[in-house]
Amino acid sequence: MNNPANNPDPNKKHPARILEIVNRGLTKRYRAERRFRFYGLMAIGVSLLFLSLLFISIGAKGYSALQQTFIKLNVFFDPDVLRQESLANANYQGLVKNSLRSMFPDVKGRKDKRLLYGLVSTGASFQLRDMVLQQNDIIGKKLDVWVPADDDVDMLIKGHINREAAETDRRLKDNQLAWIDQLTVEGRIEKQFNKTFFTAGDSREPELAGIWGAAVGSFLTLVIALILSFPIGVAAAVYLEEFAPKNRWTDIIEVNINNLAAVPSIVFGLLGLAVFLNFFGLPRSAPVVGGLVLTLMTLPVIIIASRSALKSVPPSIREAALGVGASKMQMVSHHVLPLALPGMLTGTIIGMARALGETAPLLMIGMVAFIVDVPAGFTDPSTALPVQIFLWADSPERAFVERTSAAIMVLLVFLITMNAAAVILRKRFERRW
Amino acid sequence: MTPATLFFVLLALSSAAYYVGRRRAFAVAGNGAGIQQLHSRPAYYGVLAAIWCGIPALILFGFWLAFESTVITQLVVSDLPENVRSLTGAELNLFINKIYNMVSGNIVSGEITPAMQAAADHYRSLQTTSKASLAVVVISLAMLGLVGVHARIKPGLRARNSVEQVIKYILIACSTIAIFTTIGIVLSVLYEAIRFFKAVPLTDFLFGLKWSPQMAIRSDQVGSSGAFGAVPVFLGTALISAIAMVVAVPIGLMSAIYLSEYAGKKFRAAAKPLIEILAGIPTVVYGFFAALTVAPFIRDTGSILGLSVSSESALAAGLVMGIMIIPFVSSLSDDFINAVPQALRDGAYSLGATRSETIKQVVLPAALPGIVGGVLLAVSRAIGETMIVVMAAGLAANLTVNPLKTVTTVTVQIVTLLVGDQEFDSPKTLAAFALGLLLFVVTLILNVIALYVVRKYREQYE
Repeated sequence: MNNPANNPDPNKKHPARILEIVNRGLTKRYRAERRFRFYGLMAIGVSLLFLSLLFISIGAKGYSALQQTFIKLNVFFDPDVLRQESLANANYQGLVKNSLRSMFPDVKGRKDKRLLYGLVSTGASFQLRDMVLQQNDIIGKKLDVWVPADDDVDMLIKGHINREAAETDRRLKDNQLAWIDQLTVEGRIEKQFNKTFFTAGDSREPELAGIWGAAVGSFLTLVIALILSFPIGVAAAVYLEEFAPKNRWTDIIEVNINNLAAVPSIVFGLLGLAVFLNFFGLPRSAPVVGGLVLTLMTLPVIIIASRSALKSVPPSIREAALGVGASKMQMVSHHVLPLALPGMLTGTIIGMARALGETAPLLMIGMVAFIVDVPAGFTDPSTALPVQIFLWADSPERAFVERTSAAIMVLLVFLITMNAAAVILRKRFERRW
Repeated sequence: MTPATLFFVLLALSSAAYYVGRRRAFAVAGNGAGIQQLHSRPAYYGVLAAIWCGIPALILFGFWLAFESTVITQLVVSDLPENVRSLTGAELNLFINKIYNMVSGNIVSGEITPAMQAAADHYRSLQTTSKASLAVVVISLAMLGLVGVHARIKPGLRARNSVEQVIKYILIACSTIAIFTTIGIVLSVLYEAIRFFKAVPLTDFLFGLKWSPQMAIRSDQVGSSGAFGAVPVFLGTALISAIAMVVAVPIGLMSAIYLSEYAGKKFRAAAKPLIEILAGIPTVVYGFFAALTVAPFIRDTGSILGLSVSSESALAAGLVMGIMIIPFVSSLSDDFINAVPQALRDGAYSLGATRSETIKQVVLPAALPGIVGGVLLAVSRAIGETMIVVMAAGLAANLTVNPLKTVTTVTVQIVTLLVGDQEFDSPKTLAAFALGLLLFVVTLILNVIALYVVRKYREQYE
């Protein structure tokens, strides 16, 4: 390094020589300077590149899940099939099959027929049943009904299935492609908004699967986590910051809290499994247990944030309150807490956002089960949004890839909303003394 | 009365007690004129009444609910006929489970014996009795508390001090939850881990070179030995974490340096939150990204270069994990670089050093302890990271340091061993807790060192 300060003594006598030495090194040093600066910029560029790659890859995969392919069937609600006494479990599958057969009368043979029926989702019969149960008077009529297509058809329409591939490598056979083309020409195939995705629970059939069940599960879990962790976290922070004497006991608590904030989340899952499930015998897969585990996990975050919010309240306010005769508890609850509350809420929202994205501990307590029903209470079996993403990511069907990405987009929207709320809260109520 | 209704009844009683207490305070003060004789403001008398009405009852309520099923089960079991009680542990458990199922109206497998039916009826009747007596006991306790306080309310009663004392105890109780959590983690993991180490010696676990946690169902099964040598698992964890750190430390550190030393205010205000978004993305999203975008990309690139890359390579998982950790390293380093006093920089500049020379020779050495602490925290996070490796790394425990091969990690093994059906007497399940114990201990040591270093460093310049 050409640091002039390090040069030996003899140079002292010749300032001109020093200048010469320094100048000789300058270009090299300036180049090093520019290089270093460039590395820094590169590092930021690389992180932002990764960030945009992540978003783009998920957005590109996921946006198509907002639409779903539907097939228009001409269904004859046959009074012979739909007898009044057994409307709920009549042969609706038969109605779907009949209408498909009437559209393609020249399809013969069991195998071909099965391929034909495969174009329409198994959910179609449930849709017909709901229609009939809602309006009895459609029995005997012939109606055009849009029913969801099978996920393979959906994938073909969205261009994810290669028509050129050999027939054995494709999930759709040649004659199925021909039927689909014919339907397209007739205008009987159409992409519509995928309402199912936002209103249904999980399903093994991608075209019937939705995130509503998981979203409700996440919501219930977070409610439990919030009503437990916020009061407890604030109370703990108030004690540690305002009342606790400085001694070994409070030191232990502090070290503990800092450590817990850095304990891997899966370890909290192990705790939940061993204590809440095995010891206390709480139900598996239930939001209440998930909420308890996430409470323990987010408590350190909330405590740390609340403590720093309390720390930023200037001591003069405390002294003034004490000076006019308030007790210590009154000083805290009337003056310090209200001033620190925005900071505490910000910390809580950030903690809740982290809890919303957490998956690993929920896997441990059995929230990975395949659950079709939307949970109605805190002890019903349920999953959570991130767990649903994990489950779908594992599914082999191509159609689940786009649904996984779409679910991720929904999760990210929630997270961004929560974090934005935290930022706004901080901006609006932040006070500098 | 269901527990939920009872809970709300208690809350209602408690708030009623508040009004009763306050009214009483006004009454004993002689309404109006005498109010100055009260030691505390009237509301405090109300709160005191509410506390004495609600809290003891709630505590009893909680304990009752926690131990109700255990006690009832004990009672039912002790009343079972002799031939049932003499069953072995597992059979008895099965029997009790069937009773539970019958009580909750589920379908019971196998035939229902009269003894079982009787036991279920017994259980149900005990449950009803317990519910009824819980309601009676809790409500009378609440009333008792209210009446007791009501009688004690006099102008001289130091209500505020009592209320504040109680609140203080509640605050203390809340702050100790952190300790109980730690104790809970240690005990629950340790207990199962000790059971595991009874079946598999500790040395085999720590130094064994083969990990294949299958247990034989039949004794003549092939390949059923069940090997619990955790070295390949540790090595895989270390490999993936190392890759992650190789990605995260240079990028994180350089961006922190640029942001704190070079960037203008506007650039910093825009870039810093953007980088921090990376920290807020759920790990399951990273896992999906690693498994569906990065891993195929690496595999295809590898095959173009003529390398055979496993589709669940350590490289993909490590790379994505590194991306996740970048903001962690960068924001901690940023803090520490900013904490270096400006005087040190000015000194270096005045000697003619360029900016990068100042950073490299003055700022970084001064911030080094803090940065090292931050990196240690990041390592502990990489070791404990679960979802990325579960989705993008493999299950096969290969003893290799080749980043293109499949390796497995501690967290992956815990998840695979514990998701699904569990038997809490098979070493296979217990092995997960042994791994969990190890994970906890290792991250704890890293955290303690890191937090100590960071704390020590923070004090240095404050």
